[in-house]
Amino acid sequence: MALSEEFMLQMYRYMVLGRLFEQRAEQIANRGLVPGSIHLGIGEEATHVGACMALAHEDYIIPTHRGHAADIVKGADPKRVMAEIIGRTTGCCGGRAGSSHIADAASNNLGVQGIIGPVFPVASGAALTQKRLNTGRIVLAWFGDGASHEGTFHEAMNLSAIWKLPVVWVCVNNQYAMGTSFVSTTAVENVADQACAYNMPGLVIDGNDILVVYETVREARERALAGEGPTLIECKTYRHRGHSTFDKNAYRPQEEIDEWLKRDPIPRFEQTLRERGILDDERIAQIADEVKQQVDEAEEFALDSPEPRPEAAMEFVLCQSEVE
Amino acid sequence: MITREITFRDAIGEALREEMERDERVFIIGEDIYGGPGGYGGCFKVTKCLCEDFCDSLLDTPMAEQAIVGVAAGAAMTGSRPVAEIMYEDFITLGMDLLVNTAAKTHYVTGGQYCVPMVLRAPCGAMGIGPQHSQTWTSWFMHVPGLYVVFPSTPYDAKGLLKTAIRDPNPVLFLEPKILYNVKGEVPEEEYLIPFGEAQVLCPGDDVTVVAIGYMAHLATQVAGELRDQGLSVEVIDPRTLAPLDVEAIFESVRKTHKVVVAAEDCKTAGPTAEIAALIGEACFEYLDAPISRVGARHVPIAHNVIMSEYIVPGAGEIQQAVQSVIDWS
Repeated sequence: MALSEEFMLQMYRYMVLGRLFEQRAEQIANRGLVPGSIHLGIGEEATHVGACMALAHEDYIIPTHRGHAADIVKGADPKRVMAEIIGRTTGCCGGRAGSSHIADAASNNLGVQGIIGPVFPVASGAALTQKRLNTGRIVLAWFGDGASHEGTFHEAMNLSAIWKLPVVWVCVNNQYAMGTSFVSTTAVENVADQACAYNMPGLVIDGNDILVVYETVREARERALAGEGPTLIECKTYRHRGHSTFDKNAYRPQEEIDEWLKRDPIPRFEQTLRERGILDDERIAQIADEVKQQVDEAEEFALDSPEPRPEAAMEFVLCQSEVE
Repeated sequence: MITREITFRDAIGEALREEMERDERVFIIGEDIYGGPGGYGGCFKVTKCLCEDFCDSLLDTPMAEQAIVGVAAGAAMTGSRPVAEIMYEDFITLGMDLLVNTAAKTHYVTGGQYCVPMVLRAPCGAMGIGPQHSQTWTSWFMHVPGLYVVFPSTPYDAKGLLKTAIRDPNPVLFLEPKILYNVKGEVPEEEYLIPFGEAQVLCPGDDVTVVAIGYMAHLATQVAGELRDQGLSVEVIDPRTLAPLDVEAIFESVRKTHKVVVAAEDCKTAGPTAEIAALIGEACFEYLDAPISRVGARHVPIAHNVIMSEYIVPGAGEIQQAVQSVIDWS
């Protein structure tokens, strides 16, 4: 499908924003201002942004813990995402979630599952609602290569296939589950090779090519909406950073890192857009300025936001709505 | 009010039927709950009465408990009202992460953005079917913030509490003592709901309080009847919901009788009786005329052999002995 120049520029802008946002979050974490650590999707932007841009606002998403770019593309305010990362009252979850559980109901973001495995049945359940109530919405769930080894993956792949649920499964295969390599922990070459066991299409794509990611997810969404069931899409990509901001990143060969840095999705797409006459130096600088301003504002907002009262910890344990 | 006698099983079936008729968002998901008209209808036949009329709302799953619990949670977050069935409470360990870490925490973690209005029905209790099909686990779930724990002991309570559970915006674990499925009790024809957090005095008395849960409430009522003939006045209180727990009703009774027995079928060690006894000890110490006595299962797995199983799990005899021990204490 031919994409408009405007749409492709937006893809580029979102990838640049996702990267700068995470780089800034990393700097804030390194200053000791983030409780615990955060997980960065730097290097994976094409997979998070490209897939999310193939969705409608009404569609539901479950991002990964590296999915800050997806949160923002889907509609979460970068200011509130940054405030959530550092645990302030103005964060999208009031500081209870942190980076590993960010959710944003206004943009139909069901929230990250920090234990990883729950993403599969939870996304299936959300898709079951859409099918039963005939809402015309789909669910997209990202998950890492590590998550594919959880039992929930296999339970939910089977269930979503037999019930033809409107769900798109996007594996962000960044080659490592924390410090353990995908190759050493997986019996098959690709996560998507397992799709045949569940009688659903399994596609292996270049997760660093945003146009390929977008188009593949768009088609999978059409299948889901047509009642043809789920698709398993494996995006081959790489995280430039370690597992978390605690990780010294010592277990990966430098040659491997260098090789993947050459396939960085942002310069690649920048080159594509230059060749098509959509981007030039001036436009790139302009976008960089705009994005920097957005990220500056997010940082300022987050750091200026108040800490919660201790007693706020007692709120939202139970939903106080009336029994219907 | 017109009442009739129906079984515990049928009371649950009626609650499910009425709620599915009332609200198209309600569906039931689990293993072997359907199987088509004339089909399986659940391991304990609880959903058999629904198979003819609700073919689209009874979802048979593969053997996949993580999926059952997690699908219910995801469906509940997006506007459905699922009732999931775990075939035996023993199998809940397989879905534990989805229940404890996802369903129970989502409202909190998302700062109130999402609710998880799901019910997880779980048949529990010993009836001679071995170590992995006989257990009762209550305190594990009382320990979890964000989760309601409901444990009825009569058909009336089962129906009224299940209807409330389905309409409540929070995740609810609904424990069903399977030994009671065929027991009949009075249930009104008219619709009614029972609010959570309201204990029921099953039998009023002045000499000793027995706080009894699930099947133990059923047995304690029998024991109270027998002891009444011997001139002893036993008050039996069924909390009906362990979370929320109606502590005031329990304290009020203890302040009246000054002696208390707490009975549950779970392992006595760190079981629900431990929590209830501790709460009574904290709040009513000066009212107590005897140490609190607890009745619970011995700290062993539940054996297949019935002689051993009955030795492990408490029965009416243990409740009666406990009552006698607090009466005799001086």
